[in-house]
Amino acid sequence: MESNIIVLAIVATSLATFISRFMGAITSEKVSVKSKVFNWFNCVAYSTLAALLGRMIIFPAGVLSESLLIIRILVLFICISIFLYSKKNLVLPTIISAILLSVLTSV
Amino acid sequence: MINSKVFFQGLNSLKGSRSPAIPLAACFIALGALLKDAGFNLQQSAASSLFTYALPGQLVMAESLLVGASILNIFIAVWLVNFRLYPMTVSLFPLLVHKSQPKWKYYLSCHFLAVSSWLIAKDSYKKINKKHRIDFWIGVGIGTWTTAILMTIIGYLSAEYLNKDMMIGLAIVNPVYFFCMMIGAMKNISISTAVILGTILGPLIYLYSTEWSLLFAGLIAGTIAFIFGEKNGI
Repeated sequence: MESNIIVLAIVATSLATFISRFMGAITSEKVSVKSKVFNWFNCVAYSTLAALLGRMIIFPAGVLSESLLIIRILVLFICISIFLYSKKNLVLPTIISAILLSVLTSV
Repeated sequence: MINSKVFFQGLNSLKGSRSPAIPLAACFIALGALLKDAGFNLQQSAASSLFTYALPGQLVMAESLLVGASILNIFIAVWLVNFRLYPMTVSLFPLLVHKSQPKWKYYLSCHFLAVSSWLIAKDSYKKINKKHRIDFWIGVGIGTWTTAILMTIIGYLSAEYLNKDMMIGLAIVNPVYFFCMMIGAMKNISISTAVILGTILGPLIYLYSTEWSLLFAGLIAGTIAFIFGEKNGI
């Protein structure tokens, strides 16, 4: 692949990403923590994130799409249970998720 | 200029049982290996994480390049997938504002906004004195950002040792970590509704529009959750 195209793509990607962050910082100056607008943004932020994650599990991009949907959902539920039972330890479920999916996909 | 005690408190959130270091490592190692496959050199791969630092957007970029999309198409596709950073910034930065702090800190440190750093900051801002919250945020941000860049380099260099099963294993870590963090954040009815509805609507709308699904799912689910929360007093 041509090097120029890659550099241009990196610049375009970085700009397209920074715009949202910077606009967010500017908008924040006018939003009070106690306002309803803030609560609405909070809900939209959590929903958008959840939508992205739901999509990553159900319709993943890249290598993850080569694993079975049922296995991905199984791994997710097992790991969330570990998270809840381990007093919200995050290291344990994340390590186990990688091992579990690798093993279940390779058999 | 920056309160170093609070800054290191932020940086230290990389350690411990709630550390984001492992999920960050897993996904950026996978990204480094993927960028190598896509024909990037080491400097370009590191630069991508340095300047973009938003995994879904970087994945879209790599995939678009492979199918020969134009730069304008890449720009629009990345903007749509990373637009989530806008409501995320607006729902975090007002919590970090203090009139004694200079504006440049906010304008520069918004670059650190990513899902992992956002979830950490939302989880722990209350423990930090309001005056120094932005310095805490800069600490969290520098820690997660440098981890991401370093791991992209490691992923690039170790690409040939990673087989497909290992790559699949690495790819699940990120969504699992974020799901756990979000479930941990479901402390009131509006956030719980937002998370559950978003998870359902995201894939559902994706069936009709791949590019606009996140934006629509976020807006619809978030607005319903907001109204629901208002009616129930939270």
